[in-house]
Amino acid sequence: MSVASLLAAADTVPAPDVEWSALSPFLVVVVGACLLLPIAGLLPRRTRVAWSALFTIAVALGAIGASAWVWHDLSRVGPTERTTVAGAYAVDKFSLFLIVVICVGVILATLLTEGYLRREDLPGAEAYLLYLASASGAIIMVTAADLIVLFIGLEVLSIAAYVLAGLHRRRLRSGEAALKYFVLGGFSSAFFLYGVALIYGATGTTNLVGIAEYLATHRLLDEGLLLAGIGLLIVGFAFKVGGVPFHVWTPDVYQGSPSPVVAFMASVVKAAAFAGMLRVVVVALSTHRLDWQPILYAIAVLSMIVGAVLAVVQSDVKRMLAYSSINHAGFMLAAVSTGADEGIAAVLFYLAAYTVLIGGTFGIVTLFGRRGDGHHDIDDYRGLARREPFLALALTIFLLAQAGTPLTAGFLAKFYVIQAVVDAGSWWLGLVAMLAATISAFLYLRIVLTMYAGVTDADVEVAEPTAEPVRRIHVPLGAKVAIAAALVLTIAIGVVPDPLTHASRTARPELVAPGD
Amino acid sequence: MLLSQFLLLSAILFSIGVYGVIVRRNGVAVLMAIELILNSVNINLVAFGAMHGNLSGQVFALFIIAVAAAEVGVGLAIILSIYRNRRSVALDELDLMKG
Repeated sequence: MSVASLLAAADTVPAPDVEWSALSPFLVVVVGACLLLPIAGLLPRRTRVAWSALFTIAVALGAIGASAWVWHDLSRVGPTERTTVAGAYAVDKFSLFLIVVICVGVILATLLTEGYLRREDLPGAEAYLLYLASASGAIIMVTAADLIVLFIGLEVLSIAAYVLAGLHRRRLRSGEAALKYFVLGGFSSAFFLYGVALIYGATGTTNLVGIAEYLATHRLLDEGLLLAGIGLLIVGFAFKVGGVPFHVWTPDVYQGSPSPVVAFMASVVKAAAFAGMLRVVVVALSTHRLDWQPILYAIAVLSMIVGAVLAVVQSDVKRMLAYSSINHAGFMLAAVSTGADEGIAAVLFYLAAYTVLIGGTFGIVTLFGRRGDGHHDIDDYRGLARREPFLALALTIFLLAQAGTPLTAGFLAKFYVIQAVVDAGSWWLGLVAMLAATISAFLYLRIVLTMYAGVTDADVEVAEPTAEPVRRIHVPLGAKVAIAAALVLTIAIGVVPDPLTHASRTARPELVAPGD
Repeated sequence: MLLSQFLLLSAILFSIGVYGVIVRRNGVAVLMAIELILNSVNINLVAFGAMHGNLSGQVFALFIIAVAAAEVGVGLAIILSIYRNRRSVALDELDLMKG
């Protein structure tokens, strides 16, 4: 076929109907990322005002605004969900809710990164660009209604995250974290893809609506292909959220990566992976719940227990928090494994609360790391409460919230998960969750007690002759704003949870056939 | 059509790739093993696409080729930056963090 005839044929290919207004949150982030590149290039390397960071925050706020507008639009005119781009992109309250969570994660990470980059003398706007690029991948993932689109989102999210892990080029640990994350991430993406290919083979379509319809109307003679596909798909998702036994990368990557980047990974990457898991496994494959439920049940139990127990025996605070994030992932997986609406609402609430908590926690961990980002041993935290009373108090509140203390966001997050699990009749899972919450509470209290236990007399005597006064920690403005905002949100969600609870209950992932 | 033969080839490639990722200690060789797995997926997708008679499989394979190129670019950059710092790309020598 000649080129001319190909071009003539191209005109007759029907272009899919694109509803641009429904895509606006995604477009804001992508256009923002594209604009940040020339803006950062035109600015001098070092400026007094961090324009790149401010621009990134403005873009994220713009995306939140756009999501709020689309949400309002959906509630007003209805139907409550719609698809666009030939059914590949689902705009529902579920995706809008998570886009807001992702953007909040981006804002917190950006605020923390600004001071971190200055402290570590790493000028440049690469970090912000990568945040926006990764966030755009996350947004594709939470809105994807087609396995091809989901995979593209997963890769855009992950490739930027691999680079972010190695952001601190001169630190060996940062490079090591990046390579470990990359090798294991690429490996798990390949498993995920193989699973997608098998599901496509079994059902003949990559569209989630098509898969759900096919499985609802056909009875497969040989389910081996589909079951293998579901299994490999769950391996891929479990890797991204850090569920046991696919968690081996988490401690190393969290320990080696720059601390603000960890806040980003823990919130945004998790949110996107759980969104994909909920939409594909729980909603599209709901006909095969009896097949995937035991797998998720087992991963949830293992994550909760292993995460809590191994966190207790660590001596590095960032490693502890990595295992505690595995424990949190276990809680969310427990809610996912119910496969019920309450479980989905509990996951969404948990993700929103966790984003705020982890942003605040790692904000303070960044500051405590000091120049070089290396003072993360539990012994370095000894007596910090005397020198840095406000930071220590803030970290105490964040850790207590992660442990699930009432009147904080963490309590309701755990409460809704256990409620959903018990409502679904899984008494044993609820029991394991409570047990794991108790074990992990010990871990958080250990950090808090170390901070408040103070320096023993022997330590003071040894420390005195060196005559090197421990300098007070300089808190950059961005970190102040981020920590204060996270603190306010943590308490506010704990005291007045109704708006968030209501939003997470209305945000149910839907499967809508294109053309509705 | 002999679908099972394509699936078998793909499964063999997949297994070789997984074996390579687990056994090889050179970072670049691990990268190549991951590519092998991705290509086994491509064979699967194209075979299934031919079986079902729709284009999704082939389109998906094209996307995977593009994404794999991007992934290799980033992967080689990470390996290069590690090589500059420590003059080695052996994965088992990356043991600063353990526990």
